[in-house]
Amino acid sequence: MSCWETIQDYGLRSIGIGERLLPRTDFTLCEHFVLIGSGMIWNVYFGVMALVTGFCLATAVALGKLSANALLRKPSEWFVFVFRGSPLFIQFFFAYFLFLNLKSVHPVFDPFTAAWLGALIVLFLNTAAYSAEIFYGALRSIPKGDVEAADAYGMSGWPRFRRIIWPTMLRLAWPAYTNEAIFLFHATTLVFFSGFPAWQQKGDALYYASYFADKTFNPFIPYPILAFYFILFTLAIVGAFGLVNKRLNRHLPQNERRKLRLRPNLIR
Amino acid sequence: MFAFCEDPSVLDTLSWFACYLTNGVHMLFYASFLKVLLLLAITAPVALAFGFAGAMAARSRLAPVSLLGKTYIAVVRGVPDIAFFLFFVIALDQAFEYARHRILCPDWTDPIRQGADFIVCQQAKLPLGTAPQWVHQTYAFFIAVITFSIVFGAFAANVLYGGMRAVPRAQLETAEAYGMSPRQTFWRILVPQMWVYALPGLSNLWMVLIKATPLLFLLGIEDIVYWARELGGTKTSRFSDYPHGDWRMWYFLALLIFYLAMTKVSEVSLERLMRRLSHGQATTGGEAQRRAAA
Repeated sequence: MSCWETIQDYGLRSIGIGERLLPRTDFTLCEHFVLIGSGMIWNVYFGVMALVTGFCLATAVALGKLSANALLRKPSEWFVFVFRGSPLFIQFFFAYFLFLNLKSVHPVFDPFTAAWLGALIVLFLNTAAYSAEIFYGALRSIPKGDVEAADAYGMSGWPRFRRIIWPTMLRLAWPAYTNEAIFLFHATTLVFFSGFPAWQQKGDALYYASYFADKTFNPFIPYPILAFYFILFTLAIVGAFGLVNKRLNRHLPQNERRKLRLRPNLIR
Repeated sequence: MFAFCEDPSVLDTLSWFACYLTNGVHMLFYASFLKVLLLLAITAPVALAFGFAGAMAARSRLAPVSLLGKTYIAVVRGVPDIAFFLFFVIALDQAFEYARHRILCPDWTDPIRQGADFIVCQQAKLPLGTAPQWVHQTYAFFIAVITFSIVFGAFAANVLYGGMRAVPRAQLETAEAYGMSPRQTFWRILVPQMWVYALPGLSNLWMVLIKATPLLFLLGIEDIVYWARELGGTKTSRFSDYPHGDWRMWYFLALLIFYLAMTKVSEVSLERLMRRLSHGQATTGGEAQRRAAA
């Protein structure tokens, strides 16, 4: 079987299109690459969706944490503490069994036990908490002069937030937020190892990599391939976020621009 | 545990739970919490030692040593750690068995990799096929500790390397002016001062290490996640004296609370440690303490 046929059979296997049976014997390098790459579709889906939705909630929670009103501040602080203070792995398990219990109460909760929605909700809340902490830090370090200048121009409330505070917050938070995006992307590999079932063997990249490692007892081929894909996508994230960073900093003189500084990834 | 636990089916709710939560399997569940704490207690110092060695190597003036240290730090970047964990466990296991195979069975002629199989001679198996169950479990735990130490050692090396570079240059130059050798400068001036710069990073790392402990489950250890899944699952009266429905949600809620408590305790004690270390240091924290005391 040529590599092109393998791509046709397994290129979209992770979303259920193409050959149903996974290869069982005589694994070729091409099959490794195609199937693990096919699994990356899920990683990208979880990463992008959680990041986009999490961004909105994170802004709200960061503002809530800064609020003088205890009714807004306390829940925000607790939200951030609960999701940052416990392992994502345990959160996945808890959420999965919670949804299982809810499912028996009402059929509305049926889709929640599937990874595409249930795991996405956990990732969304998790990244929202981590990003909220980053945004909160940035909000607290907005230069006093910027806000005073806005006041002097007669801006207040929504216009001041939208035109002065929010862009400055993003600019200050962006390097840390890039790291958060990378962490989140790496964290998507936990989904199918934590309760959520890979229905009909439709799993993510790590699911297929460990499938190969289990079948061949040889970790030295699938995991480096997985690493290769992740490094590639990490570089893509760095590139895309770098462009945004450039735009956020475009009004500043060269030497005041904030550089993206990548830190090693950590487990959450 | 209690005398009234003879026949659980006739007990009222409160004493039923008293019996249920103290039966044999729950004792194993509680012991697995100790396993997690043991892992933390071993891994933290070992990873710190690995990190210190890595940072020292990265600072070395010998190019190959420095390259080795920097590679060690850099290799862990860009790859999800969970992949490292899955990779290292098999790789370490095979490396040990291969080394033993070469030493113990020198006259073995068959290839070790036969297609999909990794075959070593019987004497080289780790642990030996005849070994009791607890040896297998201890070996798995030992491999897990090494894996955690290697991965977290790289993170710690990065933090300590940064901490070493953050010590003001003038301090080191003063030491040199007093005629200290590079070794003396390193141990007497650099190392005592770097901790205050490295501590924020290290405490962050500690938090991450706490949160990484559920990965033990992926390494095949009977840890708290394993027991929570095991005990929480539906039990019928045929197989258990304590039948109940699907309680896994509540068990994982308990784990969630355990981890949140660990985080809170660590936050408070690290805050204290930072205050101790800042004492008398030329940092904003140290300066604030001096002002407050004056």
